[in-house]
Amino acid sequence: MTNFVELWLYLSATPLFGLTATLVVYVLAQAAYTRLGQPPWANPVLWSVLVLALLLLATGTPYPTYFSGAQFIHFLLGPAVVALAWPLWQRRAELRARPVALGAAALAGAGASVAVALGLGWALDLPLPLLASLAPKGTTAPVAMGVAEALGGVPALAAVFAVLTGLVGAVAGKYLFDALKLKRPEVRGFALGTSAHGIGAARAWQVHPAAGAYAALGLSLQVLIAALLMPLVLPLLLSRLPA
Amino acid sequence: MMPALQGLALLLLAQSAGELLVRALRLPLPGPVLGLGLVLAALAWAPTRRLVAGPVEAVAELLLAHLSLLFVPLGVGVIAHLGLLGEHAGALAVVLLLSTVAGLAVTALVLQALWRDDATAEIAEPTP
Repeated sequence: MTNFVELWLYLSATPLFGLTATLVVYVLAQAAYTRLGQPPWANPVLWSVLVLALLLLATGTPYPTYFSGAQFIHFLLGPAVVALAWPLWQRRAELRARPVALGAAALAGAGASVAVALGLGWALDLPLPLLASLAPKGTTAPVAMGVAEALGGVPALAAVFAVLTGLVGAVAGKYLFDALKLKRPEVRGFALGTSAHGIGAARAWQVHPAAGAYAALGLSLQVLIAALLMPLVLPLLLSRLPA
Repeated sequence: MMPALQGLALLLLAQSAGELLVRALRLPLPGPVLGLGLVLAALAWAPTRRLVAGPVEAVAELLLAHLSLLFVPLGVGVIAHLGLLGEHAGALAVVLLLSTVAGLAVTALVLQALWRDDATAEIAEPTP
């Protein structure tokens, strides 16, 4: 028994643990998701995060220890944002065909999401650092972290809110679109990509090719909107909120 | 595998250039987003397109196919903020749920309202 504890203490403190645990849990969650017929509630990111969080809490492993290994996966988010140039380039015909519709939809959606988050958060008495971390949550995590930092928010919280937003979108999207009687896969995919970023886009990809293509387009378009406009607009909004 | 590795090298170069430019010029945007712009410019310019298109496609398909995995380490970060999150749990849950639903619904409804079916066909086959 002592041996096992010693071995665990050794293993859980090396970067190997965080990296291995993340990949193994995600691969299992993905397999279960596929096996179950990809229902939104079985979202592999949701279950991976839950299982890993419980594993860390149960074993008393601090997050920084876990992250020393998981950072190798996390690091790829930066190159993945750069890689969004590819779907944007590939879909340039669609973008050129309906630039006004796509641009207006992405802008209106981002505006609605920010307005509801800030308005409701303010009405519910959330402190300013939390509001500043919530504001960019509709965009992909690495961009949300940068924007939140510039606003006086907490980058780590902004990342958590962005991931949670992606999960809410990926899980709720299907039911919401069905309720609104929106059938067109392009429209559903684009909304998932713009409002629920990478996690929503991943869901769209798995469900329908056209939805996936428009999700990728929405995701890259939304990253540009968020990165270019949010640092200019959000400080004005936040500073106007009555105390 | 080789094109994907070349593509990864290109993405990292573009990201590094983006980070450097953002810092040197004090631009208010994240480095990877400027990197995205640089790769897009390289794809749009015919002389560089031949060099970068293949590798960028290979690495983009690999990275973006597993994009959701990349969010897991940040998501687990929830456990580092359980105190603050727990204190405002109710308000945060309401804000996260409603603002995300608002974003999804408004985007989808606006796009549906402005959608024209024939638009792609017109662009795909320009009239001579």
